[in-house]
Amino acid sequence: MSADLAIVLPEIILSVYAMAALIFAVYTKKDAMAPTLVLATSALFLVMALWIGTGGSATGSAFNGMLQNDGFARFAKVVILVSAAVVLLLSQGYMKQRGLLRFEYPILITLAVVGMMVMVSAGDLIALYMGLELQSLSLYVVAALRRDNVKSTEAGLKYFVLGALSSGMLLYGASLTYGFAGTTTFEGIVQASEGGISLGLLFGLVFMAAGLAFKVSAAPFHMWTPDVYEGSPTAVTAFFATAPKMAAMALFARVVHDAFGTVVGDWQQILAFLALASMFLGAVAAIGQTDIKRLMAYSSIAHMGYALVGLAAGTAVGVEAMLIYMTIYVVMNIGTFAFILSMERDGRHVTDIAGLNMLAERSPGAACALLVLFFSLAGVPPMLGFFAKYGVLLAAVDAGLTWLAVAGVVASVIGAYYYLRIVYFMYFGDPDARRIDGTIAPLNAGLLLASAAIMLLGIVNMFGIEGLAEAAAASLVN
Amino acid sequence: METILLFAPLLGSLICGFGYRIIGERAGQIIATGFLFLSCLLSWVVFLTFDGVTEQIQIARWIESGSLATDWSIRLDRLTAIMLVVITTVSALVHLYSFGYMAHDEHFREGETYRSRFFAYLSFFTFAMLMLVTADNLVQLFFGWEGVGVASYLLIGFYIRKPSAGAAAIKAFVVNRVGDFGFALGIFAIFFLVDSINFSDVFAAAPEIAETELEFLWTTWNAAELIAFLLFIGAMGKSAQLILHTWLPDAMEGPTPVSALIHAATMVTAGVFLVCRMSPIMEFADTAMTFVVYLGAATAFFAATVGLVQNDIKRVIAYSTCSQLGYMFVAAGVGVYSVAMFHLFTHAFFKAMLFLGAGSVIHGMHHEQDMRNYGGLRRKMPYTFWAMMIGTLAITGVGIPLLYVGFPIGFAGFVSKDAVIESAYAAGTQAGGFAFWALLIGALFTSFYSWRLMFLTFYGAPRGDKHTHEHAHESPAVMLIPLGVLAIGSVFAGMVWYKSFFGSTEAVAKFFAVPLQTEVHAVADGYAEDGKADDSHSAKDDHSEAYDGEKTGDGKGYDDGHHAEFGGAPGDGAIYIGEGNTVLDDAHYVPNWVKVSPFVAMLLGFLTAYQMYIRRPDWPARLAENQRPLYLFLLNKWYFDELYEVIFVRPARFLGSFLWRRGDGDVIDGGINGLAMGVIPFFTRLAGRAQSGYLFHYAAAMVLGIVALVFWMSMTGIN
Amino acid sequence: MTAFTITFYMFALTVVASGLLVVTARNPVHSVLWLILCFLSSAGMFVLMGAEFVAMLLIIVYVGAVAVLFLFVVMMLDVDFAELKAEMSRYVPIAGLIGLVLLMQLGLALGTWGYAEDAQALRAAPTPGDMHNTKALGMLLYDQYFLLFQLAGLILLVAMVGAIVLTLRHRTDVKRQNVLAQMYRDPAKAMELKDVKPGQGL
Repeated sequence: MSADLAIVLPEIILSVYAMAALIFAVYTKKDAMAPTLVLATSALFLVMALWIGTGGSATGSAFNGMLQNDGFARFAKVVILVSAAVVLLLSQGYMKQRGLLRFEYPILITLAVVGMMVMVSAGDLIALYMGLELQSLSLYVVAALRRDNVKSTEAGLKYFVLGALSSGMLLYGASLTYGFAGTTTFEGIVQASEGGISLGLLFGLVFMAAGLAFKVSAAPFHMWTPDVYEGSPTAVTAFFATAPKMAAMALFARVVHDAFGTVVGDWQQILAFLALASMFLGAVAAIGQTDIKRLMAYSSIAHMGYALVGLAAGTAVGVEAMLIYMTIYVVMNIGTFAFILSMERDGRHVTDIAGLNMLAERSPGAACALLVLFFSLAGVPPMLGFFAKYGVLLAAVDAGLTWLAVAGVVASVIGAYYYLRIVYFMYFGDPDARRIDGTIAPLNAGLLLASAAIMLLGIVNMFGIEGLAEAAAASLVN
Repeated sequence: METILLFAPLLGSLICGFGYRIIGERAGQIIATGFLFLSCLLSWVVFLTFDGVTEQIQIARWIESGSLATDWSIRLDRLTAIMLVVITTVSALVHLYSFGYMAHDEHFREGETYRSRFFAYLSFFTFAMLMLVTADNLVQLFFGWEGVGVASYLLIGFYIRKPSAGAAAIKAFVVNRVGDFGFALGIFAIFFLVDSINFSDVFAAAPEIAETELEFLWTTWNAAELIAFLLFIGAMGKSAQLILHTWLPDAMEGPTPVSALIHAATMVTAGVFLVCRMSPIMEFADTAMTFVVYLGAATAFFAATVGLVQNDIKRVIAYSTCSQLGYMFVAAGVGVYSVAMFHLFTHAFFKAMLFLGAGSVIHGMHHEQDMRNYGGLRRKMPYTFWAMMIGTLAITGVGIPLLYVGFPIGFAGFVSKDAVIESAYAAGTQAGGFAFWALLIGALFTSFYSWRLMFLTFYGAPRGDKHTHEHAHESPAVMLIPLGVLAIGSVFAGMVWYKSFFGSTEAVAKFFAVPLQTEVHAVADGYAEDGKADDSHSAKDDHSEAYDGEKTGDGKGYDDGHHAEFGGAPGDGAIYIGEGNTVLDDAHYVPNWVKVSPFVAMLLGFLTAYQMYIRRPDWPARLAENQRPLYLFLLNKWYFDELYEVIFVRPARFLGSFLWRRGDGDVIDGGINGLAMGVIPFFTRLAGRAQSGYLFHYAAAMVLGIVALVFWMSMTGIN
Repeated sequence: MTAFTITFYMFALTVVASGLLVVTARNPVHSVLWLILCFLSSAGMFVLMGAEFVAMLLIIVYVGAVAVLFLFVVMMLDVDFAELKAEMSRYVPIAGLIGLVLLMQLGLALGTWGYAEDAQALRAAPTPGDMHNTKALGMLLYDQYFLLFQLAGLILLVAMVGAIVLTLRHRTDVKRQNVLAQMYRDPAKAMELKDVKPGQGL
């Protein structure tokens, strides 16, 4: 029992911290304590990330295989914790300015992070579902945090209802799987499916994939994404675009490899379909957007498509490429959202793309950093984004999915249009448009520049994450 | 030293081309010219001190890709040494000459800087040409080959405001591309067979290549024949041989110094150089060499006929160049590469001088180029006149036939051209016979048009614009000095180096560092010891005495009379003469009538020209009237351009405009635009409509996705 | 056919039929009532399977609390269900078609249903023979599934926090009674007397 507890110690610490912080804030100055809590939470996240990253926490499987704290989980957890900490810090200024900085916010984020950590190390269908719901429920709430705003409440409600539907699908799939295998542990499912699978299990797989696809916002289960991204407070959107995506993608990888590792050929088709649909939908639909948050929503749909390409390869190389892709994606999005959070016109937060016209004139540094980030998002070499795409496409080709890789290239050409359009606006746009002020808070500016610098400098050796991702992938796929 | 020699022009070009803003235009010109004179000096040092042993001087590792590994290095042998001298000498003189010629140019506006650009191009050309001749492997040679092509393109189109110059530049480039395609295929074939492109490896493998069969264009070829043929196609383009010759006359649109340097002395001879350089392979390709002979002879004849009636002074010389290149190819084709190089060497001097002289005339006549508007310029430009006279004497081949005082007496052209014609006769083959007669008639025509040029320009009454004639003036010293230097070359080059290029087998072998065959050592040794008997013409030699009596005979029965034969393996010397190839030797024993015939032809041409342009100046017009179809046929250069227009240009233009309008404009642009502006926005709108904001639409989409996935999986998942 | 089987099919039929009626009923209140019937029948099925504890839980929690809450909400909400239904009827054909396809597919899965060979062996918790199932459930829940139980607790915590965050308002423009403040009020400090001379004003 104590060995089990040691393995889940990071989750326990975070949960206890969340409850303690809740009580502490309620009995002290409530919302006035929020800034302190945000700082404390971020610090705790970073400490945890450091602890897990350096191999301090115990590894292995706990509670009869309910949780697996292996290399793969640790990699994902570090990315989740660091990105959550950074986004939390980023959001402080924004939330405070708009009177949204309530003390529950960091606590809900903490609980969401606990959910994510359970997700990525889930070894059992029920643990999977618990983690997923813990995360989702927290996210539903923070999406609607701006409760006086119609769009925000609408976003929260839509997210909730559709999330419930997706959970239903997931559960339906899980019960079909359980019905076939007689067990909910991944190990058991793999063992049961070794002697061939029935149509029922296949359907279970499809339904579970649909539920997970909703969480990673892969087409055609993506419909919530633009509305929720647009409606939620921008700081929350930034959070949605980073840590939960990593968690959901890691969970997806865990399910298909740990639970369905024997039927790669079957889920490969599902994932390829999801990837194809996401890449093209993300690229095509983003073109018509005028709001940068909606644009980023479609962008993330497209990016999830590419990550799924890596996963669809069904190999360790594919998982490695996916992990690298997601990490780079998270870094790029943090940088971009650091800028979006500081988009203001006359002191009011705006998110229309037209406001970026001739940004290069007002703040050349930010425009240049954004240029690098958008080029990277579009996958233009020599930015890191290109190598991320290259990795997943290469993995797909190696796995015999050449057609998917070709489709990915075509989609990235289409997708390049809307990224470059923003760059065009920033440098050659209409100077008479209603422009944003172009002032950026130091923290945001720092993260923006750091993110852009990483995109440029990372080409040297990707800061060594390749080796880590390879080890992580090796621990998942065997 | 060789490295300095090679890179000095490049340095000069860079400094002059990019640095003139800092150091000034004139300083740039002086630097470029200075570097070239340095290069020239070094070349002469190399040429005169060179012992004939092939050297390879590595500059850098160049390409390493798979099995393709090659250095960037200088291959210094006799061929290279000869070319070095020719290139740097003519180039240095042309640089100097250009100071005067380009001083004022009405093609450019007041205050525009164009001189530094011109000098930079000239120097760059020189560098590329040096790269070509010093190449140690085929790719390096190809690099230089293309470099001179680029420089030629830039210089032909130097008058940027003159549309015809632009068109000529493009024509030169495009026509050369056809040749280069063949050349490149040849290189590929060599690499395919030998797995190396280094000359040493390729030459060593030549006998093996000759045994190999190669499948190309659905036909089985002998590999050596195929390679020789493909390489010759490249040479044809660069050297303006028939079929691919059309660009050379048009290239005269460039400034005259350019014509002298590129289109007379150096670049156009690159083809001849290539054939000589690849002699180890050429020697194994009899059929291809026969083709070379036929084509060279045909070009010599054809260009000479066209030259008869041209009125533009530069075009006459251009066709003359074309014709003389034909001579060189004939010599190379019958297997006497040394003679081909000999003619190349002497031709460089007198042809460069003719061009520079013509340039001087054009300069003095305010850029009037039509000879019909010249006349009586002898007194206005005495120095130019004498220079041109020497050039004409050289090209027409004035000398004293049958006289031999250790070397023949005559102008450079006399010595080398006669050597070519004799070699053609001595080849004894059908192609050789054809070449002999074609070249002989060509010599007659050459004489005619050269004298016609002289008479029209310098004799008779002034014609054309009176004002121009009044202001006609002698050119400045910077233009006359190069003429003088070249004149010396035109007079003496033939006599001085006769033995080295066209002497006895031993002398030539020594000069080109080719080993002699061992079976005939006894005889050869005797010869080597007998210092006076260097040449078989010498009456002091007892062997040749025996043949002297037969020289007037039918020229048969020489087969068993060789004194020495070239030997060694391919690649041992600068050139390779195959076993049984004794043309060089035979050429010395041709009947006397053959030896005299070029002189007679020259005399006939001269007399006809004298009759028609000095004594009865009305004859040409009447003749043209009487023989109108023939006259037009010649004036229009056998209608080659018109033929190409119909066969290639129009269909190509039609295809081009079809592909442009329909293919590119409608299909590709239309497709991409349609996709980018029609189809994708359509889907964008569709996606926008789907994103209606209604929850149940979203839910429906999810359910539809599930249904689709389940459907797909139930169809394909489980069998 | 034994009584057991008859009962089972009766309950099963009721579940399906009432489930269908939940979504088709015109009156939302009726829908909720059908839902309650559905729950009850399900509870009956649990009893048939020998899972009395779950059955009772279903009745107490779902029927007693959730369904009643639904009833209140439905009654209090001012939603024109008729209009909503009219709107929905436009989509009925297409939705019906999709539903039919899905149903057929699921039927296919059911028709070819097969268990994994070692499904029996893999079961995590075989039905215990020597104790009643409430105890067995407890043993399982607080032992093997301890972690999941705790996680469920966390989820409920989030739900609670979320509900408060989204709905609790401290309205600043509404006066509230502060008893302590009233009690500690000192009249001496609350009032100041000023001696105003006539005709001069303040």
